[in-house]
Formats: sequence, structure tokens, C-alpha cells
Amino acid sequence: MIMARETLLNIILFALLPVTALIAWGLDEPYIITLATKAAILALAGVGLNIALGLGGLISFGHAAFFGIGGYAMGILASHAQSYAPIMEVPFLIEGTKSMPVIWLVATLTSALAALAIGALSLRTSGVYFIMITLAFGQMLYYFAISWPAYGGEDGLSIYLRNDFPGLNTLVPLTFFSICFAILAVVLWGTSRVARAPFGLALSASRQNAVRVETVGIAPYRIRLVAFVISGAVTGLAGALFADLNRFVSPTMFSWHTSGEIMIFVILGGVGRLYGPVAGAALFILLEHILGGLSDFWHIYLGILLLLVVLFARGGLIGTLVGREVAHE
Amino acid sequence: MSPILLIEQVLNGLQSGIMLFLMAAGLTLIFGVMGLINLAHGSLYMIGAFAAAAVAAATGSFVIGLIAALIAAAAAGALIELVVIRRLYDRDHLDQVLATFALILVFSEGTRWLFGSFPLYLDVPAALAGPVTLPGGILYPAYRLLITAVGLVVAIGLFALIARTRIGIQIRAGEADREMIAALGVDISKLYTLVFALGAALAGLAGALVGAIQSVQVGMGEPVLILAFVVVVIGGIGSIKGALVGALLVGLTDTLGSVLLPLAFSAFMEPAAATSIGSALASMSIYILMAGVLLFKPTGLFGKA
Repeated sequence: MIMARETLLNIILFALLPVTALIAWGLDEPYIITLATKAAILALAGVGLNIALGLGGLISFGHAAFFGIGGYAMGILASHAQSYAPIMEVPFLIEGTKSMPVIWLVATLTSALAALAIGALSLRTSGVYFIMITLAFGQMLYYFAISWPAYGGEDGLSIYLRNDFPGLNTLVPLTFFSICFAILAVVLWGTSRVARAPFGLALSASRQNAVRVETVGIAPYRIRLVAFVISGAVTGLAGALFADLNRFVSPTMFSWHTSGEIMIFVILGGVGRLYGPVAGAALFILLEHILGGLSDFWHIYLGILLLLVVLFARGGLIGTLVGREVAHE
Repeated sequence: MSPILLIEQVLNGLQSGIMLFLMAAGLTLIFGVMGLINLAHGSLYMIGAFAAAAVAAATGSFVIGLIAALIAAAAAGALIELVVIRRLYDRDHLDQVLATFALILVFSEGTRWLFGSFPLYLDVPAALAGPVTLPGGILYPAYRLLITAVGLVVAIGLFALIARTRIGIQIRAGEADREMIAALGVDISKLYTLVFALGAALAGLAGALVGAIQSVQVGMGEPVLILAFVVVVIGGIGSIKGALVGALLVGLTDTLGSVLLPLAFSAFMEPAAATSIGSALASMSIYILMAGVLLFKPTGLFGKA
């Protein structure tokens, strides 16, 4: 019964964003479509974090690192394409590009590489050390982005035109929304497959009882590292899309507030639930829109709400709606 | 680089290290005794600085401002311990991170609402505003020298408190086995509130002392909080001695790195590139230090395995 309710809720959640975008399109409200796009992209970032956090139990407080790397991958490639200056000429020529698929590939690969390096070091530790170290690596990249003058430093980088996707006009809000939502749908499907595959089961098992997993001959470290890399790559892809949405990247994408917010999407929705980040990101954007309209200091209310969710509504939004089954321990 | 400049930078590094220690000591104590990771520690630092700036501006006395900072930060610490933190002790770290992150949002925006977005200024007392002459003819700001000394005295006091007093014995016993000391008749929840308020007061003191050098503004606690985390991780979570060693290491690396690295690069590069690469690397140097320490000692220099 509980499962059935969650399935129904998932279908509603999945339909929520495209239906909102379509209604907004019908009413000619491009701003609402942009909000729905933002929710889809942030949900994607949350889905990425949820692979490490929900499935693997790895409390990464540094996912802004991957979000920012994805954003800067887009910013650097597009700014070079914009100025017709190649990124490097020796030993071989690399030019900038405005093509979204290429940018996505580069963003995913670079953030996966960063996740491999950060994960390989951080996963040597556990518990509070892991939280603090991932946080510190995120901050390291934040300060690097601020002090590196070549790509705007503290001011960030502006891209004048949105990047291209073959055959589509990405400047139409509904088209860009569809691209982002399609990616979100594919990643959600992929995540649900991964969670049920032997790899996902081993990952969940190493969250629940690492010693037993080791006893049957699986090394938790490697499983966790792979999960961390996938998680970082997905969040990096979301970063590239987010930068494309705003046509702007700045070191803020690397800040630890960003890491905290990505975590909030996951928690508001419900940790370890496939659609948790979707619910959380949609709720976050809704709150930002409603509370932000009421008061300049809407973060106070967000903070109080988050406190109440953590203290009293432990399964997040989905957990509260479908019953008190908590997937995370 | 002249030796005088180098000595000045070493003194600056020591001063920032000692201030970091005041932050990190509270964090590591709270973690060691209560097993709690407290992100809102930076907010207590900010509260101390704002209280000092507001009260010093109203009364004209820096010392009264400092006392106000201690009281305000300790009171805020005790209050959040009683209302929120207490419910988090037997939760997992994820809940602790989120709840204390939520507290940061409330405190930062609340302070912005009360004081506005513009920074406040806390003036160094007139008697300490000038430089003093150190042996060797080095001119160094008197105020910076004084706060280094104050920090050292507080550090010694803290070590004495933990090692020699009854409260200190209870704190150490609480780290080792909280059920046992509760069974022996120590009021554990009162002890927790006390430890939390003590950590908060240290953070508030650091905020007020540093507030006179930098501007007092919303969000000032966050960079310091993250540095303090690096300190705690390097020193080993729960170890006050580790916090001291880690704080001095981080303070010196950070200060000396930002001066020496651009110089080192300019030896074999053109000046503009050397400055940008040097300062970019310097901003990362403490994290590289931390990664290095963790490669060899995953639980920090003085952490328990």
C-alpha cells in the first residue's frame, strides 16, 4: 500500500514540472517556464548528490565543486568560442565550442575526474572527517576560482548567447526546458536502474554494513569511489545546464552555500528516494518564489522550515506524504 | 625579501593561528564531548563581533564591547543548545549538518535584518592603535601583538581548565563514556549546555578581537568556520592539543603562502603570471596541507584511530 502511494506520488512529481511549463507556455508566462527549468536543473544536481548521499550514505558537503566545474566547463568553452580564441595551441589545438552536447560531455568528464581525485582522498576517511574534507575541497576550488584571473576571477564570466543544440532553437524557453527535463528523465531512469543493479545493491549494502560487504569479498572503498564519481559527474552536468540557463558563471557556484542548498533539495524531498530531489528542488523554487516575494529576508523562513523538517519530519516531503518509512539510516 | 618583512609575516601568521585556535577549540570540544558537528559556530563568531561593535559604539569602551561579545555569544550558544542542538545529539551527522546549516541561515539573515547589509566598524582602542618597536627594530601593530597574547593566555587557561579543574575532569570523562558519568551523578545535560556555551564564548571572543582588524559584517564567520574545520581535521577531531598545533600550522601556511608563493614563482616567471599563479596556489595551500596530512594520518595528527 505504501509502495503504491509512493509510485502514484512519483508519477505526480514527474509530471509536475512539464505540466507547469506547458500551462505557463499556454498563458504566455516565460518567467514561470524559466522557474520550472531551474527546478529541473537543480533537481538534476540533487539526483547526483543523492547517489552518494542516499544510496551510498556518503555525506558530501562539497558537491558545489562538481556543480561549479560543470558551470566553468561551459563558461570556458563558450567564452573561447565567443572570442574566437583557441583554449590552447600547443601541443595540439583545442578550440572553444557553443555546441551543447560537446559541452555536456566535457562538463561530465571533467567533474568525474575531479570527483575521482577528491573521492580517492576523502574516502580514506569517514564520518565527520568526510563531511569536513569534502567541504574543504569545495572551498579550495571556490578560492581558486576567485583568485584565478583568466576567467573573470571574482566577477565571473558572462556568455552573451545560449549555446546551440543541433536542430533546436535553445533561446525559446520551452525548448530549453524540454532539453533539461529530458536529461533529468534519462538520469532518473538511469539512477533507478543503477540502484537495482548489483552495483547499486552492493553500494546500499556497504552503507548499511560495510564489514559484511567486505566479508563477502567486495571492497567498499572501490564501490563508494565509483558511486562518488557518478554522483559528481551528474552534478557537474547539472552545473553546465545551470550556467547555460543563466548565461553566466561565477565562483558562487563553488560556494559552500551551493553545497548546502543541493543537500537541502535532497533532504526536503526525502533522502534516498529516487524522486526526493525532484520534490525538494520544486519545493525550494516554490518557496524562493513565494517567500522571496514576501520578504527580502526569506532565508530566515527557509532556515526555520529546514529546522522543522530535520527535527520533526524525518522522511522529508515524500516520507511525510507516503508514511514514515525512512530509507536512510 | 627582507628578514624584517618575513618576521612580520610570521607574527601575522601566529596571530591568525591563535585566533583560529579560539574557534577550533570550541568546535573540537563540542565534537569530542557531545559528538556534534556544529556549522553554526561561525554564526557565534559573527554574533560576538556584532555585539562588540554595537556595544563599543554605544558606550565608547572597547573593553565593555569585549565583555558584551563574550556574554552575547555565550548566551546565544546556551539558547541554541537548549532549543535546537539538544535534540540532535543522538541523530546522525547528516541531521546535525542540516539543522546547524539552517541555524546559519536564520542567524545570518536575522543579523542582516537587525543591522542592515553594511559593515559595522569596531575601532582599535586608541592606546593600542600605533605600532610598537620589537627587538631588532621591527615595527609591529600593538593591537595585533596584544590579541596574540590574549589568545595565548586564553589557550593556557583552557588547557588548565581541562587538565586541572573538576569541570575539566567531567568534560574529559564525558568524552570517554557519557553513560558512565551520568550514572555517577553528573548532570550531563547541564554539562553539555556549559561546554556549548564555553565554545560559543571562545568563538565570540575571537570574532570581537578580529572584528577590530577587519570589518564586522554578515557572513564574516563562514570563511573562519571553514578554516577552523581544516584545523580540526588536521589536528584530529576532539583533541585540543591538535587544535592548537593545527591552528598554528594553518595560520602560518596561509599567511606565509600568500606572501612567499608569488615571490617564489617570480624567480622563474614573468611577474604578472607569477602573481596570479602564486596567489591562486596560495589560496589552496592550506587544503593541500590538509590533504597531505590525511594521506599519512587519516584521523589527523593527534586524533584517535
